[in-house]
Amino acid sequence: MTPFTSAPELDIDRILGDETLHIIVCTGAGGVGKTTTAAALGLRAAEMGRDVCVLTIDPAKRLAQAMGLSSLDNTPRQVPGVCAPDGSGSLFAMMLDMKRTFDEVVESHADPARAQQILSNPFYQTLSSSFAGTQEYMAMEKLGQLRVRAKDEGTWDLIVVDTPPSRSALDFLDAPARLGSFLDGRFIRILTAPARGAGRGLGRLAAMGFGMFTSVLNKILGAQVLTDVGTFVAAIDTTFGGFRERADATYELLKDSGTSFVVVAAPERDALREAAYFVERLRTDEMPLAGLVLNRVQEVDDPELSSEQAAAGAQTLDELSVESTPAQADAQRLTAALLRLHAQRLSLAARQRHLAERFTAAHPGVPVASVPALAEDVHDLEGLRMVGDLMASGN
Amino acid sequence: MADDQQSGRLWPGVSLHVVSGKGGTGKTTVAAAMALALARNRRRTLLIEVEGRQGIAQLFDTPPLPYEERRVAVAPGGGEVWALAIDAEEALLDYLESFYNLRRAGSALRKMGAIDFVTTIAPGLRDVLLTGKAVEVVRRKDKKDANAYDSVIIDAPPTGRITKFLNVNSEVSGLAKAGPIRKHADLVMNVIASPQTVVHLVTLLEEMPVQETIDGIAELRAHSLPVGGVIVNMTRPPLLSDSQLQAALAGTLPAKKIRSALTKGGLGAHEDEIVPALLREASDHAQRVALERREFERLEGQSLHTITLPLLAGGIDLGGLYELAELLTEAGVG
Repeated sequence: MTPFTSAPELDIDRILGDETLHIIVCTGAGGVGKTTTAAALGLRAAEMGRDVCVLTIDPAKRLAQAMGLSSLDNTPRQVPGVCAPDGSGSLFAMMLDMKRTFDEVVESHADPARAQQILSNPFYQTLSSSFAGTQEYMAMEKLGQLRVRAKDEGTWDLIVVDTPPSRSALDFLDAPARLGSFLDGRFIRILTAPARGAGRGLGRLAAMGFGMFTSVLNKILGAQVLTDVGTFVAAIDTTFGGFRERADATYELLKDSGTSFVVVAAPERDALREAAYFVERLRTDEMPLAGLVLNRVQEVDDPELSSEQAAAGAQTLDELSVESTPAQADAQRLTAALLRLHAQRLSLAARQRHLAERFTAAHPGVPVASVPALAEDVHDLEGLRMVGDLMASGN
Repeated sequence: MADDQQSGRLWPGVSLHVVSGKGGTGKTTVAAAMALALARNRRRTLLIEVEGRQGIAQLFDTPPLPYEERRVAVAPGGGEVWALAIDAEEALLDYLESFYNLRRAGSALRKMGAIDFVTTIAPGLRDVLLTGKAVEVVRRKDKKDANAYDSVIIDAPPTGRITKFLNVNSEVSGLAKAGPIRKHADLVMNVIASPQTVVHLVTLLEEMPVQETIDGIAELRAHSLPVGGVIVNMTRPPLLSDSQLQAALAGTLPAKKIRSALTKGGLGAHEDEIVPALLREASDHAQRVALERREFERLEGQSLHTITLPLLAGGIDLGGLYELAELLTEAGVG
């Protein structure tokens, strides 16, 4: 087969085998097979002898079952029967429960009475279950926790993270800081100032603005909401050091040389555009990029027969079939249909290649591994193993 | 003419079409094609975007949309498609102005970053503002007291979030038990949960999107939200007959006959590679078709109108949008 793109080849096995690498983050637009890619990478690394933990965010039910994740208990569970031929290596997997992760952060940092006070606060409940960005923030938090545990207990030497199905892949990087700065932010400070006896120093103008602000807020939200926010912030403030610092610390972990990003895309315009944004962002933030995994690539079997030749042949056979005996005509029409199918696949492949080449033209240094489109969805270890093989076999 | 437009058309009397779907299924494209189809024959439609991605501007090849209604396309037969990108902040300012005459205070709040703060501490409020604006447009009358738009189409959040997005009543119930937001939410619900509104779900014939669609339908129904149709997007018609597909699956396509047909068709060279390649491709295709049919049957089990749109060979551009709109019209939309 001719290589799918002129991009340098992403050597999956070199990455998975690199023992200085401890975190792989799979990211990309929604619906491009991020979770499957993360799971396949984790399985392959485990079968190469590494001790791996895969953190998935929102896996399809059957894929979760394939990894033995029948219950969502927010703790890594070992996938039975996975190891290298020499018996080394292991695979653990877990599904993120964002509310529970948040609850655990609260419980581990506050005394029981205060933790209870926080957990039952209505604003906390909204924040921990439906705040835009909480999922990303908690994915980061969990990653940080797993990494600490891996270091302290020597449990895992590689963590593979799947990122939340955000509107934009960049949300994974931005949302935690956004949530952190919101919680540490100006309005929260002002709101809770009376509770902490620190409201002084607010200029007169700001004080007027604040008065107007609370009155409008109370009008539209009802007074209870602000009270809830205020008590929530007062309650957490004394127990943990700024949210923002926590978010920043995990963010730093992502810049570490022990971390590498794998950007996942499908050979489609929107998915590749998203991948390009992400690649640029990683460069700006000096975050390490391993390369691009291109899923669902249309494979073509025989480049000797061009799309034009196949189409012309189909045409000829259709014309011939009119004058042939019924038995011959059948075979001719069948062959014509097969040739059209071939032509269709070739032109789809050509379009995909064109899109992939445009990505490579803009980002020439980014290595690419392509994975052919599979006839069926993956939902067992066998399927994941096959995806891993395809990813590693070069394009 | 208006009369035969109405006969045999899908969803008569509906003025708000909400289009949702799993990411990557093409929901923005389908929403845009629907706006074109519904604008046919001198009607006026408004296509609304709520997620700030400027997908509509990209599709129609126009500069980014402001928070202002703009005409983006002309429909076959002289209709017009307008578009609006709703922004929660602007919608809140709108709201403050119309209910409290607080426009100036609103701008000051914005400068302080307060509006971002408000929509952050109350995520439900954001959705009420977005749906509220859409409902305002649906109810708007022109000078002659006719509807300002014949139909309004929302390119809505994805299937996983759609019920929450539309069910503003329960979203704000935690916020305000009485008062203006409550009243506002009730007004919104009166339109959204009425025969004026339908929710369409866009899917592909793949396992995960179909499962999400089925789950989405169940969730919408459980909340008494009106489900419209299922739009199966990017389909490819099988190139082989049923019996050929079966033979391809079973591996019993007649290799020898194909070989001699190839020679006859002038493709005599490389048959040794070509024939097995064609057979492998046929088997792959047959597996894919079988899977798609299984998934299609699962969708049909939902007893909703199912509309099928093809994968356009040239990708989606403005011409492609008109092509899809034409197919929607043939299927009974508009």
